Amino acid sequence: MLKREVPLLITILVGWFMVIEYFFPGAEKWSSELQNWAIIMTALASVLGVANVARINMLKISRKQKDWGYSVVLMAGMILMVVLGTLFPMIKSIFGIESSWTLAGMELSGVTSGTWFTQFYDSMFVPMQGTMFALLAFYIASAAFRSFRIRSVDATLLAVAAIIVMIGRVPIGDVMWSGMSGLSDWIMNVPNLAAKRAILIGAALGAISTGLKVIMGIERNFLGGD
Amino acid sequence: MSEPTKLQKLEKIDRRWVFLVMLVAVSIPLFVSVDLPLKVTPAAQSFYDSIEALQPGDIVYYAADYDPGSKPELDPMLMATLDHLCRKDVKIVSACLWPAAPPLLEAGLNTVAVEKYGKEYGVDFVHLGFKEGKENVMVQLGKSFRDVFPQDYYGTKVEDIPLLAQKKANGEWMVDKFDDVKMIVNISAGYPGTKEWVQQVRSRYNIPIISGCTAVSAPEYYTYLRSDQLSGLLGGLSGAAEYEDLVNLPGFGIQGMAAQSLGHVAIILMILVGNILYFINSRK
Repeated sequence: MLKREVPLLITILVGWFMVIEYFFPGAEKWSSELQNWAIIMTALASVLGVANVARINMLKISRKQKDWGYSVVLMAGMILMVVLGTLFPMIKSIFGIESSWTLAGMELSGVTSGTWFTQFYDSMFVPMQGTMFALLAFYIASAAFRSFRIRSVDATLLAVAAIIVMIGRVPIGDVMWSGMSGLSDWIMNVPNLAAKRAILIGAALGAISTGLKVIMGIERNFLGGD
Repeated sequence: MSEPTKLQKLEKIDRRWVFLVMLVAVSIPLFVSVDLPLKVTPAAQSFYDSIEALQPGDIVYYAADYDPGSKPELDPMLMATLDHLCRKDVKIVSACLWPAAPPLLEAGLNTVAVEKYGKEYGVDFVHLGFKEGKENVMVQLGKSFRDVFPQDYYGTKVEDIPLLAQKKANGEWMVDKFDDVKMIVNISAGYPGTKEWVQQVRSRYNIPIISGCTAVSAPEYYTYLRSDQLSGLLGGLSGAAEYEDLVNLPGFGIQGMAAQSLGHVAIILMILVGNILYFINSRK
C-alpha cells in the first residue's frame, strides 16, 4: 500500500488541487505553497543527483574499472567546486565569519566575481564547454558530406529547405541573390510554422490527456514496475 | 572484387579532411576582412522595437537561461540587450534558471551596467542568482520575487536592496511580481527557456516576452512570435548581429557573421559534393 496507493493518492490530490486553483481564487494561496514545496523538492533532487554521480564514480575508482582515471578527475573537480562554492560560505555563515579567506589575492569562499570559484569557472569550465559545442560544427560538416544522402522526395525537400534557410540566414545569402533572406523567412514563417504548430498542438493535447489520466488514477506507469 | 575508383575513394574520404575544410572556411575571416551587408529581419526588428518602446524608470525582468556552451551565440545578445536597456535607463531585475548562467550574467552586468553606464547595483539593477525548480520557479516569480529569491546572488536580503525594498501606499511591495514589471527579456539556450516562459507565464500573467535564443531553437519559437505570444525574437548569431546593427553597437555578433557565412557555405558544399559523388558512384 505504501508503495502504490499512498503515492497515487498524493498525486491525485495535488493534481486536482492545481486544477481547482484556476476556478477558486481562494485556493491560490495553497497552490502557491505547493509550488514552493515543488521548488524545494527539485532542489533536493539535484542533491540526490550529485550523490548518485559521486557513488557511481567512487565505485568505479575503488574497483579500478575501465577509464577510472576520468572518475578521479571528475570527483576532484566536483569536490573542489563544492568546497569553494558551498562548504566555505556555509562555514562562514554558521560561525559568523566576516573576514576574507584569500589565496593569491583571490577570495576562497563564494561564487561571485573575484573568487577562486569564478576563476575556475572562467578558465576551465567556459573554454571546455565551449570547445565541446564548437566541435559540433565539424561533426555536422562530416555528416553533411558522408551521411546526408538525397534518396527520396522527402530528403530532397529537406535538403532544399535546409540549404535555403542556411544560406538565407547569413549575410552572404543576400549577396548571392537579393531575395534569399526573404525566401528563408518565408520557409520559417509558413511551412516551418505550420508543421511546428501542428506538433505543438498535438503534444499539448497529448499532455492534457495524460495529465487527466494521471489525476484520475488511470495512468499509473509513473509509480514504477513492482 | 574490383579496386575502388578515385571517386569512390573520395566519397569515403577520411573525415579529418572534412574537418580541415571546415576549419579553413571558418578561419578565413581571421586573416582576410570580409564585409557583408546585414539585412534586419522583422523578428529582430520587433525585438528592438519592444525595448525601444520602454520608458526611463520602467522595470524589466531579465532571464539569462544559458551556459558557456552557448556563450558565443548568446553573449552578444546579452551584451547588446543590457546595453540597450541601460541606454534607455530601464531598471533590471535579473535571475537565472540554469545553474551555470549566473557568472555569465554577472560578467555582462559588470561590463555594461557598471563599467560602461555607471549604474548602481541594487538601485538600477539587481542579480538574484540561480534557483532550481524550472517551471515552478517561473510561476512562483509571477506571485512573489522575494518568496523565490529571499537573497540576491551576493547573499544580500532582498529587503536590503533599494530596488526591491520600496513599498506602495497600501503597504504592498512596489517590485515583487510580474505585474510590477513591463516585460520579460529572456536569453535562452533550451530547457528551461523561452518555450516554458511562454507556456507558463505569458498568458497566466499577461506580460510581454521577448526572446534571444540559439539558432537551433529559433524555428520552434516562430510559432509563438506569429501568435504574438513572443513580442520579438533573435535567432542565433545572425539574430545577435542584426540586433547589434539596430542598436549601433558592432560586436562579436557582426564580427562572427563572416565566419558563419563561410561555415554555412562549406556545409552546403559538403552536402552537394557528397551527393554528387554518391550519385555518380551508385550509377557505376
